[in-house]
Amino acid sequence: MAMSRRKTERLLSLVVCLLSARRYLTAGQIRDAVPGYPESFDAFKRMFERDKDELRELGIPLETGTNGLDEEPGYRIPRQAYVLPEIRLEPDEAAILGLAARVWRRAELAGAAAGALLKLRAAGIDAEETTQPGIEPRLQTGEPAFGPLWQAVRDGRPVSFGYRAAGRSSSQQRHLEPWGVVNRHGRWYVAGQDTDRGEVRVFRLSRIDGTVAFTGPPGAVKVPAGTDVRQIVITRDIEPEVRRTAVLRVRRGAGFWLRRQATAERPDAEHPGWDLAEVPFSGTGWFSDHIASFGADVVAIEPADLREAVIRRLKGALA
Amino acid sequence: MRTAATPGTGTQATAADRLQRLLALVPYVVSRNVVGLAETATAFGVSEHQLVDDLNMLWCVELRSPDPYCPIDLSYEGGEIVVSQAESIDRPLRLGVDEASALLVALRMLAEVPSLDDRSALSRTIAKLEEAAGAAGAPSAQVAVQVDDHGAGSVLARLREAAERGRRLHLSYYVPGRDEATERDVDPMRLLVVDGRTYLEGWCLRAEAVRLFRLDRVLALTVLDQPAAVPRHARHRDVDQGLFRPSPGDVEVVLELSPPGRWVAEYYPCQEVTELGDGRLRVSLRTPDIRWVRRLALRLGEDGRVLSPPELAAGVREDAAAALAGYAG
Repeated sequence: MAMSRRKTERLLSLVVCLLSARRYLTAGQIRDAVPGYPESFDAFKRMFERDKDELRELGIPLETGTNGLDEEPGYRIPRQAYVLPEIRLEPDEAAILGLAARVWRRAELAGAAAGALLKLRAAGIDAEETTQPGIEPRLQTGEPAFGPLWQAVRDGRPVSFGYRAAGRSSSQQRHLEPWGVVNRHGRWYVAGQDTDRGEVRVFRLSRIDGTVAFTGPPGAVKVPAGTDVRQIVITRDIEPEVRRTAVLRVRRGAGFWLRRQATAERPDAEHPGWDLAEVPFSGTGWFSDHIASFGADVVAIEPADLREAVIRRLKGALA
Repeated sequence: MRTAATPGTGTQATAADRLQRLLALVPYVVSRNVVGLAETATAFGVSEHQLVDDLNMLWCVELRSPDPYCPIDLSYEGGEIVVSQAESIDRPLRLGVDEASALLVALRMLAEVPSLDDRSALSRTIAKLEEAAGAAGAPSAQVAVQVDDHGAGSVLARLREAAERGRRLHLSYYVPGRDEATERDVDPMRLLVVDGRTYLEGWCLRAEAVRLFRLDRVLALTVLDQPAAVPRHARHRDVDQGLFRPSPGDVEVVLELSPPGRWVAEYYPCQEVTELGDGRLRVSLRTPDIRWVRRLALRLGEDGRVLSPPELAAGVREDAAAALAGYAG
């Protein structure tokens, strides 16, 4: 604790010192000005190197340069690059900001949202986290792959991960230049260039097996100009199959959702108490499973392949 | 799961965390001229004791060269903080990429929520934040959240009307687990948008409890003339604990899934998920509605098998046999 306290004091003095400097300060000048560095120059250098890294990790723009041609290189923090630009929010805008800061609560970027709010409050904004306009939005990032993939996207780094495609019994190692992460229907996807297949691919984060490894340095991934990751994910999600129309026999009083989607509905003359509904569908697999779930309340009449698929499903459940 | 933490709080706070707090503390006070200790401690999520320690640390900053001087001067006499000299740290540090992205992605998601009536405030906020974030805001464009709103638009307009006039609602609501349309009166409380789906939270007079209604399952909605009267003891659902929590009356169901049935573990909140090898999974979930599981089992066919309770397994077989009878002949 005492160690950490001395370090905080030293880092604070270092920031104040470098921010106030009008000229680049050499390492020697910094050691003379900032209390808390060891006497030995080597020990000082090691500690100073670590301190510089820490400041840069916090996003503090530490600049290196020289004051004149012959001079030793030095350091400073340009105020222009350090300060948050002036930002003023009206009360209704501040309320929305407070709402936005809650979105990530308990999810991956929660700490970042809290940090941002702190800085904005420090800029004089009174963003309350409590005043609510009757709406509560949340994002969740239950998938462990979210954190590393966001970092990869942010820093432009290629990645590799084990991926279990839908219905596969084992996972396969995949290599990706990630372009972006998208949440659709409550699930996270990553889109990018699959370097094994040489094609744009979309992966569902919940199907990533194990850890995500970075396979290249930051900046190695170049996102092609005009890329709309959201559109890539949406397009991937659309079933390529043609839309067809099913004829279903639906028990009266059942199948509400199917009836809502029906383009036509009439009583089934041969089966009192039943209706015939024409329902458009695409993707026989999903639709036959859906019909099977209605049990004895819905019978698929046509097309024949749909009817067969439902029967197969039901026989599977019977086994 | 990670928890939201304000930088610099907790016992594990690192020097870097605390430095971030100190660098925000000075401009926080400067931008407000005078501010109370208690209020500031709350804003930073620390104890007053910790805050005083922070202030002392700031006041003690000393630079020794070329001439020794103390760049920060402040006082907190009588519980009021005043910073009389702040030198170069009188303004907050720029937003980092993660910070800017967290807020911008959230704000753009809010822009998709069809119910937020004050569109202009939202777009003004986004524009101001984008400008303040500068280059740090750019990577946020690589994260997108789509909010589903199919069919919710007209429902939302009437919901808003009910909320504004403080009226009770009549809902015709589809319950997929039972494949039923249910009729109920609901006193609206608020809207939740969780992972891209919009829900109405309200006091259901039929269940005499707080219930969530997915807007895309609202078949019809009428604003009644009766005033809404949410009971005093009605509590908001804690969104952060997960929308659907098991309750004591729930039945525990164990399913074995083959690879094509693995989606169940992604789609529903499972209590336990066990890999059985070759991509097979055993999952256990708790549900108040056993009919829903029977329907799920029919949907899964050979890709899922009910392991327990045994009477449920028998029920599924009965359902399947009854359904197959419809295909006989």
